[in-house]
Amino acid sequence: MNEAYIYDAVRTPRGRGKSDGSLHDIQPVQLAQQVLEQLRDRNQLDTSLVDDVIMGCVTPIGEQGADIARTAVLAAGYPQSVAGVQINRFCSSGLEAVNMAAAYIMSGQQELIVAGGIESMSRVAMGADGGAMMMNPQLIATHKFVPQGISADLIATKYGYSRQAVDQFAVISQQRAAVAHADGRFSHSMFGVKDEIGIEVLNYDEGMRPDTTVEGLAKLRPSFEMMGQMGLDQLALMKYPELNEINHVHHAGNSSQIVDGSAGILIGNKAIGEKLGLKPRAKISAFGVCGSEPTIMLTGPIPATQKVLKRNGMNIQDIDLFEINEAFAAIPMLFMDVLGVDHSKVNVNGGAIALGHPLGATGAIILMTLLDELERTGKGTGLASLCIGGGMGIATVIERI
Amino acid sequence: MITINIQNNIAVLGINIANQPMNVLNNESIPALSEALEKVYTNPDVKGIILTSERPEFIAGADLKMILQNNGRAPEELFKLSMSLNTIFRKMETNGKPIVAAMNGTALGGGYEVCLACHHRVALNNPKSIIGLPEVTIGLLPGGGGTQRLPRMIGMEAAAPLLLEGKRVSPKDALAFGMVDQLADSPEEMFQKAVEWIEAHPIAVQPWDEVDKKTGKIKARENFKVPGGNVLTPKGVQLMMGGTAMTLAKTQGNYPAPIEIMSCVYEGLLVNIDRGIVIEARHFVKVANSSVAKNLIRTTFFGLNEVNKGAGRPKNVPATQINSIGILGAGMMGAGIAYVSAQAGLKVVLKDTSLENAEKGKDYSRKLLQKGIERGKMTAEKAEQILALIQTTDIYESLQDVDLIIEAVFENPSLKANVTQEAEKFLREDGVFASNTSTLPITELAKATQKQENFIGIHFFSPVDKMQLVEIIVGKQTSDYALAMAMDYVKKIRKTPIVVNDSRGFYTSRVFSTYTAEGLELLRDGVNPVVIENVAKQIGFPVGPLAVSDEVALDLAYKISHESVQAGVLSPDDTAYLISKQFTEMGRLGKKAKAGFYEYPDPSTGKKKYLWEGLSQLFPLNSVQPSAEDIKQRLFYRQVLETVKCFEEGVLRTPLDADLGSIFAWGFPAYLGGTLSFVDTVGIVDFVKECDRLADTYGERFRPTTQLREMAKANKGFY
Repeated sequence: MNEAYIYDAVRTPRGRGKSDGSLHDIQPVQLAQQVLEQLRDRNQLDTSLVDDVIMGCVTPIGEQGADIARTAVLAAGYPQSVAGVQINRFCSSGLEAVNMAAAYIMSGQQELIVAGGIESMSRVAMGADGGAMMMNPQLIATHKFVPQGISADLIATKYGYSRQAVDQFAVISQQRAAVAHADGRFSHSMFGVKDEIGIEVLNYDEGMRPDTTVEGLAKLRPSFEMMGQMGLDQLALMKYPELNEINHVHHAGNSSQIVDGSAGILIGNKAIGEKLGLKPRAKISAFGVCGSEPTIMLTGPIPATQKVLKRNGMNIQDIDLFEINEAFAAIPMLFMDVLGVDHSKVNVNGGAIALGHPLGATGAIILMTLLDELERTGKGTGLASLCIGGGMGIATVIERI
Repeated sequence: MITINIQNNIAVLGINIANQPMNVLNNESIPALSEALEKVYTNPDVKGIILTSERPEFIAGADLKMILQNNGRAPEELFKLSMSLNTIFRKMETNGKPIVAAMNGTALGGGYEVCLACHHRVALNNPKSIIGLPEVTIGLLPGGGGTQRLPRMIGMEAAAPLLLEGKRVSPKDALAFGMVDQLADSPEEMFQKAVEWIEAHPIAVQPWDEVDKKTGKIKARENFKVPGGNVLTPKGVQLMMGGTAMTLAKTQGNYPAPIEIMSCVYEGLLVNIDRGIVIEARHFVKVANSSVAKNLIRTTFFGLNEVNKGAGRPKNVPATQINSIGILGAGMMGAGIAYVSAQAGLKVVLKDTSLENAEKGKDYSRKLLQKGIERGKMTAEKAEQILALIQTTDIYESLQDVDLIIEAVFENPSLKANVTQEAEKFLREDGVFASNTSTLPITELAKATQKQENFIGIHFFSPVDKMQLVEIIVGKQTSDYALAMAMDYVKKIRKTPIVVNDSRGFYTSRVFSTYTAEGLELLRDGVNPVVIENVAKQIGFPVGPLAVSDEVALDLAYKISHESVQAGVLSPDDTAYLISKQFTEMGRLGKKAKAGFYEYPDPSTGKKKYLWEGLSQLFPLNSVQPSAEDIKQRLFYRQVLETVKCFEEGVLRTPLDADLGSIFAWGFPAYLGGTLSFVDTVGIVDFVKECDRLADTYGERFRPTTQLREMAKANKGFY
């Protein structure tokens, strides 16, 4: 079997996902296009050797519709021989793209792939694509589907994470992100996004609030309380009769930020790297997905990690650093508690609470943040994982060469 | 059945289903309607059609007997049946000639769906008429296009309460909702408006239809825009998830119809009306064949009507005379009985040991009537009249010549005997004496009286003004005459009577106590009390067994079970007996003591009651917790088996009394049809099998009776 190597990884900064965000006037396809251009330009890449571009995108409608990956290939001026596919496994799409690319490479069916994702949440609203899971009454009634915020609060209630605890976690995320930013730790992968006439519009992750305090966060109102009172709490609790109510602890300050962003990772086999004169940075050594209980929905990183480690004969101690997507504070907290992982190894440069979660791209972004940090600290093995809508989890292990 | 009058090129179709108490849609009237319509479609002189009724109501709905008979038929057959009605309705819309519904009276269910299939609706503004789609309340859904046409007409959001709650409205409110297009103050005006509309619309096309440019025929419109937004809009998506959640929060998923209705709207509004109707018909087949619809129609519709009409009343006794009633004891029960009796126009003598206490009892009526005035449901004048009917007193002489005396003093046999003897002297010569005891055997209490044959139990539930049920207890000596009089009284106060024979705890108290008792068995077994309470609520009980034990009061439960132990009918090892004893001794008497299984924080703290932390020491959690399914089965089977025993022992006279009693006395879930319908719903064979499994796992109290085994062998249920 071939090895799948990471040769390079780039991403846009994450712009605030509202109409006043710095990336709001850049079209989604342009963000993805600039990612492809960056990979090409900084590696002097012979793009005719690229087999495919796999892009995660969670709301693939409107201007993100109609296979935005192939659209971006053409927009970036890659040769027409380069294919493109848009995939959707909700919040894990960016990492799923990487795993699919790795599987293609390892199986020997393809040699060089760009895997990443794109989401311009300021332009294509989350949930705008509908879906039977979100609206089919019979399915909702049978499976007790609720919005993710309710699920996150259910996790906090069931496992006893207080408002104070989740807020504390959020403050740490902000502090770590601020240190990482000041230290230039993101600059290896991040490039400045430019507008139509070549002027840079954003070169840092826009959502950071380094001065966040627990006291400040305490003033924010829980985001999902009202929604919960309209029957959704009771719907979720039908599966959890051991609980009387849901303690709504998550809010805008301890949940992932809505942002715009795109990312791409260049993945190939050994031979193609040699041919292109590129040095492999890391090996994608293990990956997989799993399903989990869909009402509480967001506990998937734990079984996914266990499954991937077990199948590859590894254990949790083999991992030096973790990136667990901060969809909501309770998700990495539960991961650390259940798997016995110290916070000093997890999201050491902050996470989506401070930096944002551009749905389709995040998986690729956290993987490159992980790789950059392994390189910076001289560590060997890292694991990235995300919780996924509908009750799923994903995990990917990389090892530096 | 359907008359046709043609005048000035307009055909008036008058519905009159003479062989039914009301105009209904059934196997006879539907074909007749179709035939009449075909005649006027093909008559070239007819330019427009008015559909009306020749009876006070327009159409009261579909014939539920027909629905009940169809329960259990092959899905293909039911689907065909459903589509045959829909084909008639669809043709009304697409025939080209304008059809106006002249709604002269009540139009419910299928009756209103006929109107929806018309192009225009004019309703006579009679505030007594009711309009709506109440199908959901009997476990069904509007299967005549109601789930498709109403939201297409008034929008999904506006249609939601009408479809999902079966809300019924007056013609005036129907106009405000958009359910009818015009109101008329007189029949003449109604017809005039109908005629005017027809003249203004020589070719009528529903908004969800269009004229095919090639053929000139009317066909379903593609891409119809639902008023207020289609399903695939952010608002539509929100409505679907939010609506489903709210519906489930209310029904706990025990009633399938509301979710099927949501599905009709969701699926049906994504396609054109023709396909939407097919989708609705499929969902209709599901609910029409459901055990829930069968149970609700049988018990809470036909059964309730039957009992309210006095099914259990001895036929040989002529109507009795009741104009006045004496009530002994003006406590909570006595005060409530006084209120409902005065409301029914009876003269009430409310007696207590002091005039002050009696007046306190009357205050209860004052308070309720005042509330009624504030809510606009009662005029001050009427309230005054009702209050004037209640005479308070502290002397027995005031009871002179009353027709009926109900004793509602403390549950103490010697006190009861005493007041009975004092009061009986003043009772009308052939008057009846009743005790409102909830547990004391009537035959024993009767011994205090001179005329045991005229002594009976009339057991009210608390709060009297809200609880619909009355349990009438016939003692060994009680005559048919006394029973008839008790039933005539219950009918007067418009409550629902069940009749049971004398026994300890009668029927309702006896079986209800098994609900709380099994809750305590679960607690003793180390089951998480939060789960016990929540599972009980999920399966449809209004209150969990521990919470309701607190409400009843644990010292009372102890007192009653102690008496049973002393009488040798209850084992001294009984779990509920021991736990109620333990809690009584600890002073945790329940809600009234602000401490029982729950803690009751002061209301000023704004905190809700919560399960007492001390439970975890007294009843440590078992490391292996049972499934929710097993908890559910234990709570149900315990009550059902006790009911079966009541039936076998002759405490219960009919399965219907058992079913209605269980639903209305302690809130046994109506979707199961009551405690004996439960057996039929599960199926007698599976029921007996499950009893044995529970008995093997949890104890002999679940062992089925010999009679049940015989019934299983013969595969014969209770209905």
